[in-house]
Amino acid sequence: MSDRKGGHKDQLDSTPAAATTAFRLSPVILWLGIVSMMTDISSESVAAILPLYVTGFLGLSTIAFGIIDGINQGASAIVRIGAGWLSDRTGHPKRVALAGYGLSMLARIGFLFAGGFWALAGIVTGDRIGKGIRTAPRDAMISDAAQPEHLARSFGVHRMMDNIGAAAGPLIAFLLLLLIPNGFGTVFVVSLAFAVIGVAVLLLMVPGRTPGRRKQEAAPARPRFRWADLKWSRLKEQGLTRLVLAAGLLGLLTIGDGFVYLLLQDREAFAVQWFPLLYVGTNAAFLAFAVPLGRLADRWGRVPVFLAGHLALLASYVLAVVPAGGTAATLGCLLLLGFFYAATDGVLAALVSQVAAREHLGAALGTAQTVVALSRMASAAGFGVLWYAAGSGVAVACVALLLAPAVASAAFLLRGAAAGAAMP
Amino acid sequence: MSFGATAARGRLLLLLVVVVFTLAAAGVYGVSSFQQARSSQEAASMVETATADALPAEPFIIFQNTAPGQGNGQAAFVDLADPSGIRSLTGLMCDRVYGTRQLVSCLATRNEVPTRFEAVAYSSSLQPQQSWVLAGSPSRTRVSPDGSLLASTVFVTGHSYTSAWFSTETIIRGTDGTDYGNLEQFALLSGGNRIAATDGNIWGVTFVPGHPTEFYATASSGESVWLVKGNLTEQTLTVVASGVECPSISPDGKRIAFKKSATGKAVGMRHPAVLDIATGSVTVLTEQRNVDDQIEWLDNSTVLYGMPRDEASLDSDIWKLSIEAGSAPELFIQHAWSPAVVR
Repeated sequence: MSDRKGGHKDQLDSTPAAATTAFRLSPVILWLGIVSMMTDISSESVAAILPLYVTGFLGLSTIAFGIIDGINQGASAIVRIGAGWLSDRTGHPKRVALAGYGLSMLARIGFLFAGGFWALAGIVTGDRIGKGIRTAPRDAMISDAAQPEHLARSFGVHRMMDNIGAAAGPLIAFLLLLLIPNGFGTVFVVSLAFAVIGVAVLLLMVPGRTPGRRKQEAAPARPRFRWADLKWSRLKEQGLTRLVLAAGLLGLLTIGDGFVYLLLQDREAFAVQWFPLLYVGTNAAFLAFAVPLGRLADRWGRVPVFLAGHLALLASYVLAVVPAGGTAATLGCLLLLGFFYAATDGVLAALVSQVAAREHLGAALGTAQTVVALSRMASAAGFGVLWYAAGSGVAVACVALLLAPAVASAAFLLRGAAAGAAMP
Repeated sequence: MSFGATAARGRLLLLLVVVVFTLAAAGVYGVSSFQQARSSQEAASMVETATADALPAEPFIIFQNTAPGQGNGQAAFVDLADPSGIRSLTGLMCDRVYGTRQLVSCLATRNEVPTRFEAVAYSSSLQPQQSWVLAGSPSRTRVSPDGSLLASTVFVTGHSYTSAWFSTETIIRGTDGTDYGNLEQFALLSGGNRIAATDGNIWGVTFVPGHPTEFYATASSGESVWLVKGNLTEQTLTVVASGVECPSISPDGKRIAFKKSATGKAVGMRHPAVLDIATGSVTVLTEQRNVDDQIEWLDNSTVLYGMPRDEASLDSDIWKLSIEAGSAPELFIQHAWSPAVVR
């Protein structure tokens, strides 16, 4: 999947000037898109077959896989902030991103030799930490390379390419297993090949400093890192607090697609074998909407599109619980979920880029992504309890009811932030 | 770093070389493993085999044939009187298999896009009676002694790297078409109280001989693992012991063989052990290796279980072990997995 846990950022005050400058896609963003596409083919092909491999091929127990699967979600979220500030501090986001992509690539080599539980657990941990490291500096590079008035659209292009990889990866893995029974080794080798290509593209084709950075280089000295830079008050000055608060609040009511799919499956009684295709459907909608919604965000404002995304999420919850079902309702749900991701994932990154000071951009992106990731994890855990205690339909209805005032509160928070951000 | 036109062209060229080399290397690996898989499928089996189109009249043991070569992965059976004799291949591809005289339960993985999992019940003439889609990869299956109930456990997993959504799903179905549903829906009771376990998992059913509505299974929540006694009529699971995983009840209904965690934790080695139902006493058997398979009873004093032949291959053997103190495991059926003894 694409980096769905990424932060959501809104354009907080100024009206975008998308109409005045012609859109020109920076080659840097195109190459970063290719890096993400290759890396997603690599990671999603393995992710699709990992459960089969662990439980069917290695013969590890149920509980063992549960532990591997749940590994370090938190750690991965937290290294994002660290990687973000490291890229700010050194002024070399590419090197930090390279470390992240490189670590995940090394983890793929490990898959070729892993035999037991601990080896596998270590490899999965390495892969996830790599993912945590690379996200914030990569988004900082996109933000640096993009035309400010086309920021959301630029992120949209990147997320679209990212999702093409996420959709292709599982298909490649299933096809390989179809051709070669128990051909897990081949899936790992092919996955490694795509990871190597991704790292090579980043290393060779993406410049270490984008033109946008040169202004900073011209400054007499790079600002030295101080712990004080990480302080909340510092972020607050930049108008980030309200944005992060809003994103966190909305994240608390984002329950995870799996639950929506379960509801759909219960209601429509379609065979469980189609379950993976629900993810594919959402992904397809996400990649189709990513660029158009990015354009819309640049034109109409990023806050409205970001909020509209959450209204789409609300609509998908409603559509999943209303008694009227049918194929149309299922497809509608998937479209709405795809719309939600397309309107929020890249748009939030664009919003953070807009409000954060350039020298703290990496840390700001990392912070927003971490807050969103942690709030969604908390949401999934809490919602699981509610699902069990109150029943699936009631639980989703509750969340939908809470989401409406949450979107209103977010709108209020972000409007307030706009006034604050306008002040120097 | 300078990105002059010449340097850029050089880098692009270098990238092309990297891409071509990596894809070629992966391609060569893929083609060679494809050919290897193909030739292994077509090679003669490592063991002596025959083909069968019905279950035998004599007592037998049905299992998954893991011998490399033709027939690999098929359900096969041998005479109970001559377990190391010629095995009869059924032609049915099953990851997990269990049987009675009337019915064979077969859980299978179908490599399609996306991968599909199904349970099929076959009659004694090996004709499919009913089948249904499973929510994940096969783990355990059992049939009640009278052939009227069929249990399956599968691993259900999310399909996203970012999802920690994982569980087992255990269902019981009647051969008359009754669907008892997912056992997670049953009330989990301990000391008269209902346990609300949101992360609860149920796996490894074993049916109580002579009591068609009763069974044992494993329930877990967090780090706790319980032996539960299930009742199909009341739709309840009652905790009867702790630390008992993947039970298997003896033919006389007096003992439960299970897998005991060496560390008491979720991760780590599992060793076979036997619980005396009447006294509650537990005897750990003398098997040093890790056991993953659900244990099966050869008779009232001997257990069977599958054990991988080595780390690297999918091949395994079935071992037998007497529950008497000081007994040593003995190789029972080579190149086999998932045994069911049909008397």
